[in-house]
Amino acid sequence: MTAHTPMTAKVAYADVEKGTELPPRSFPLTRGALVRYAGASGDFNPIHWNEDFARKVGLEDVIAHGMLTMASAARVVTDWAGDPGALIDYGVRFTRPVVVPNDEQGALIEVSAKVAAKLDDEARTVRVDLTATSKGQKVLGRAQAVVRLA
Amino acid sequence: MALDQAFVGRSYPPTDPYEVGREKIREFAESIGEDNPVHTDREAARALGYPDVIAPPTFVFAISFSAAQDVVHDPQLGLDYDRVVHGDQRFVHHRPVRAGDRLTVTSTIEAIKSLAGNDILDIRGDVHDESGELVVTAFTKLVSRSLEGS
Repeated sequence: MTAHTPMTAKVAYADVEKGTELPPRSFPLTRGALVRYAGASGDFNPIHWNEDFARKVGLEDVIAHGMLTMASAARVVTDWAGDPGALIDYGVRFTRPVVVPNDEQGALIEVSAKVAAKLDDEARTVRVDLTATSKGQKVLGRAQAVVRLA
Repeated sequence: MALDQAFVGRSYPPTDPYEVGREKIREFAESIGEDNPVHTDREAARALGYPDVIAPPTFVFAISFSAAQDVVHDPQLGLDYDRVVHGDQRFVHHRPVRAGDRLTVTSTIEAIKSLAGNDILDIRGDVHDESGELVVTAFTKLVSRSLEGS
């Protein structure tokens, strides 16, 4: 056990099994949220805030940062685990852009997740598979996380 | 034109250190709607066993992707940057990134593929702290879309 091994997840390894569902969540993404994420992340690509530019490069409208979708989806896992540091491996494929209209609602990303496998009884790690959709279509593929539980 | 396979395995010089600030972590956490106090309150972070506030799991992308620009813009590699989209992203956290870290990134080209005219580039970013400890490994897949395909 190293000093960096979190012991602080609020979910116990013994209490989960393959198929355990995590509480699903929905994340509204407005244009304002995109601007805010652009500033915080330093990703100022105009496809995320300028619809003229987005259309010029062949998009339907402004799209969300893929990394914002990835970060939002992660919250289903980190909120469940209680300690964001318990998420030790996290990967996604960006399969479809999330179009964000310029209105009060913006886009909605719906995320569900379940335990796909218990990986290691000693390290207390599980693999969680995530599904993220917007308007009923998958926006992330192969979204998987490895979480170290208590 | 397909990218030169001879670049597979090539590493780029480590970046100058990026110092992770508490307020930057707070700003990033707020931008993804994350309100876990482990990102903003030092005492809450200490209660979970961390020496200082930790960053959300995808925070490090800004640092690793900035380092990957050396690869993307390597004139010898000749990637058509205007046609690049982010395909996949994965982070393996050896420990959470935390305030006070001074992080350097070494980027390595892991794979180059050509698929249906698209150039696909896999970049690994090894993120080390000042003591040389490996903190995060970031895997980024970039796809340069073929002129015909899109």
